[in-house]
Amino acid sequence: MAYDKFNILKSTAVPLAIENVDTDQIIPARFLKATERVGFGDNLFRDWRYNPDHTPKSDFVLNNSLYSGKILVGGKNFGSGSSREHAAWAVYDYGFRCVVSSFFADIFKNNCLNIGVLPVQVSADFAEKIFRAIEADPKTEIEVNLPEQHICILSTGQKETFDISSYKKDNMVNGFDDIDYLQNIKTEIEEFASQLPL
Amino acid sequence: MSKTLFDKVWDTHVVRKIEGGPDVLFIDRHLIHEVTSPVAFLGLKSRGIKVLYPKRTFATADHNTPTINQHLPVQDPLSANQLKALESNSNEYGISYWGLGHQKNGIVHVVGPEYGITQPGATIVCGDSHTSTHGAFGAIAFGIGTSEVEMVLATQCIMQEKPKKMRININGQLGKGVTPKDVALFIISQLSTSGATGYFVEYAGEIFENMTMEGRMTVCNLSIEMGARGGMIAPDQTTFDYVKGREFSPKGESWNKALAYYQSLKSDSDAIFDIEYSYDGASIEPMITYGTNPGMGMGISHSIPNANDVEGGAASYAKSLNYMGFNEGESMMGKPVDYVFIGSCTNGRIEDFRAFTSIVKGKKKADHVTAWLVPGSHIVEAQIKEEGLLDILNEAGFTLRQPGCSACLAMNDDKIPAGKYAVSTSNRNFEGRQGPGSRTMLASPLVAAAAAITGVVTDPRTLI
Repeated sequence: MAYDKFNILKSTAVPLAIENVDTDQIIPARFLKATERVGFGDNLFRDWRYNPDHTPKSDFVLNNSLYSGKILVGGKNFGSGSSREHAAWAVYDYGFRCVVSSFFADIFKNNCLNIGVLPVQVSADFAEKIFRAIEADPKTEIEVNLPEQHICILSTGQKETFDISSYKKDNMVNGFDDIDYLQNIKTEIEEFASQLPL
Repeated sequence: MSKTLFDKVWDTHVVRKIEGGPDVLFIDRHLIHEVTSPVAFLGLKSRGIKVLYPKRTFATADHNTPTINQHLPVQDPLSANQLKALESNSNEYGISYWGLGHQKNGIVHVVGPEYGITQPGATIVCGDSHTSTHGAFGAIAFGIGTSEVEMVLATQCIMQEKPKKMRININGQLGKGVTPKDVALFIISQLSTSGATGYFVEYAGEIFENMTMEGRMTVCNLSIEMGARGGMIAPDQTTFDYVKGREFSPKGESWNKALAYYQSLKSDSDAIFDIEYSYDGASIEPMITYGTNPGMGMGISHSIPNANDVEGGAASYAKSLNYMGFNEGESMMGKPVDYVFIGSCTNGRIEDFRAFTSIVKGKKKADHVTAWLVPGSHIVEAQIKEEGLLDILNEAGFTLRQPGCSACLAMNDDKIPAGKYAVSTSNRNFEGRQGPGSRTMLASPLVAAAAAITGVVTDPRTLI
């Protein structure tokens, strides 16, 4: 499904400095029963965010009114485990458009790219700088510039470039997805299929 | 140029290379289930496109199906709705559908191989990260997201950057009580839960060559738990004997042609891997996890490591141990166990039930332990009965449930209650994975059996 175009995002950020955040935490399996892509944001980080009696856990960052914004900054190895795209949907549906981490799990990263959430992989050092800047001032703004491929902490001016394939960048800037591309080469695919060895 | 096994299979399936981007990869076989496919079909509908090759996709219901009373209507309306969606989508697009009650229904990664859908040299995807299981046959198999499920339905292709290549060599002999599950948990404990991210793994050496297909599937299944997209083992006579004669396997002259191709599927002797690791099989013990990711595992006789001795942040490590209610330096032996789960795409095959039964035979289940024994498929269920294992299990105080994913991800009613400890043969010990607040220790069927009998974490070697 085509999604919102992504160009330059300037926003405050929500810090989640925990390592190995798996997709079962991002969206627990019991919330995967929908047959449509609606309502996943309500259950983002459900069991970290709410007590069993559904009251908010005051010590969890999403329940802290100091922090808000369209950028989620996670710890190392963000999005490991299950391939559930529902995790990326929950992140998007909650209102995030970009996730920053010093290391992403593969499938989660692909899922984000496929639905219009930009995963920005930064050095461990730069991730630390972002966490420190937000700690010093929760209203610190971060600028993510996709065309220029850089991320900047606006309060300090600290900046780092990030990688993304030119194909995926082009898709995100224009709001295209892979099916748009694949549909256009269908004849080539059918020809290929007819010549497979087995 | 010399090639790895992975290169050979991948390169054969590249339709087109995109400069500065991914490869367009042709997918031979696509497996779908009720949880990750409905939104993909909605996407097809909104675009007004058909499934390009419906005969290359197979549907089974497994993730949120009940494991008792499968002949009755599914009680949970959301689960029932998801199952209905899979059935109607499969029917509408001409896809083979193995729903509840169908003889071929079962866990997608158990039934795929059983019916010969899984073949050496194939590319196989499914909206489930444990699709890596099928790599046991020398296939490239990996989990995908729902957008990619839609891509495969629409075009039989996905866009992927070619991963780097890792080889893990293990030679020597495995000790008493050490199973393929222990080998996998050992590797993950060495590499960590993210140590193979960005790689596709080939497992090589005597340890894997001597494994049955069931054992190889357990190892490849867990590849994702160290971050690898998938893992594979070069096909050999063990593989060919398993594949031959199954329903969807090539027959007659096609089999001979296929076999010749399968036999070419191995890494060239001078093939280069981006990274290689080697271990001695004799150094592996029965394993158990103590934390909240599969990399937090150790030999069962060891003590829980100190934060200083593990990679990564101390705060995340402390959070993990705190969740489990464990402390640094403690032994796992003798820790109380409330639940035992044997099943899942990791350890729900006949060999796993044979191993479990070998320990519990002639003994009795500990009174306070709740044990869920869930076969991966109806074939496994039938084998358990035919081989007389069920009688032994019943005698020891165990009953058998019906096939499905069950407590591995606890989408159905098979949930471990908050705070309770489970020794589980499944694949993930994440917080709340087996039910909100549940605490999971991953282990082999032998360790699970020892816990079920004694009611505490026990070294199975003392019971063999």
